[in-house]
Amino acid sequence: MADRFAPGARVRTFRHDPPHHTRLPRYARGKRGVVVEPEGRAELADVSAQGHGDAPVEQVYAVRFAARDLWGEGDHHVVLDLWESYLEEVRDDER
Amino acid sequence: MSGDHHDDALISRRVRRLETLLEERGVLSGGALDEAIDAFLAQSSPANGARVVARAWVDPSFKSRLLADGTAAVQELGYMEGSYQRLRVVENTESVHNVIVCTLCSCYPLRLLGPSPSWYKSESYRSRVVREPRAVLAEFGLALPAGTEIAVWDSSAETRYMVLPRRPADTESFPEEELAARVTRNALIGTAAV
Repeated sequence: MADRFAPGARVRTFRHDPPHHTRLPRYARGKRGVVVEPEGRAELADVSAQGHGDAPVEQVYAVRFAARDLWGEGDHHVVLDLWESYLEEVRDDER
Repeated sequence: MSGDHHDDALISRRVRRLETLLEERGVLSGGALDEAIDAFLAQSSPANGARVVARAWVDPSFKSRLLADGTAAVQELGYMEGSYQRLRVVENTESVHNVIVCTLCSCYPLRLLGPSPSWYKSESYRSRVVREPRAVLAEFGLALPAGTEIAVWDSSAETRYMVLPRRPADTESFPEEELAARVTRNALIGTAAV
């Protein structure tokens, strides 16, 4: 299956706050970042951690966030490893 | 939530119960798990990561392979064989300094860095290094020039990160082993320079 996002793609993380395990840390929810690279496909931890044997396998991406977009300040970057379903595309006409 | 550790005690109880059952049913002999863990830890040491770094410093072609595919490159040296994890090595340069963290728990490439230090697992390091890395690094005694960009790598999935520190000046004549002896665990995490 083709990757949904290419390196350089602008993405936004979902804002969801699920009752179960997730690997999308709270501080990075609803934030905009840029895809650095695909890391390889892996079982979605949100599902496998619940003991389901049929967790979907998705591409995981390294996604880079500017500190300013995460915290409102700072000049560093944070890179997180995020499953494809945590991400949505930011359209070109969005500022 | 993985960020909250209120269920640690519950997990520990479940693990102990499972161990007991495996021993009672004769699947595992007493102590077999401890032996397996000891054997794993005996092969896990920051000396391994240090050897990888020293090789990258003296061998430009190995360094390119290491940065392109960390897992395959360290396997050339006999590390991480049979590991399902992906190793990504991030290179410090004149303009960029890298530092690793796992904000959700304490993930880190054990085989190359050895057991993680307690500060790496602390709530304080995990919550602060993603927010104010320059201040945290300064507390470790690492003062970076104002112009150096900082990249923090938060291992939230199956990739494990290791920092390739900058080679110190005036070490051109050093043999590989002597270079490796200079590389500390903190340098491999990014909280120290070499």
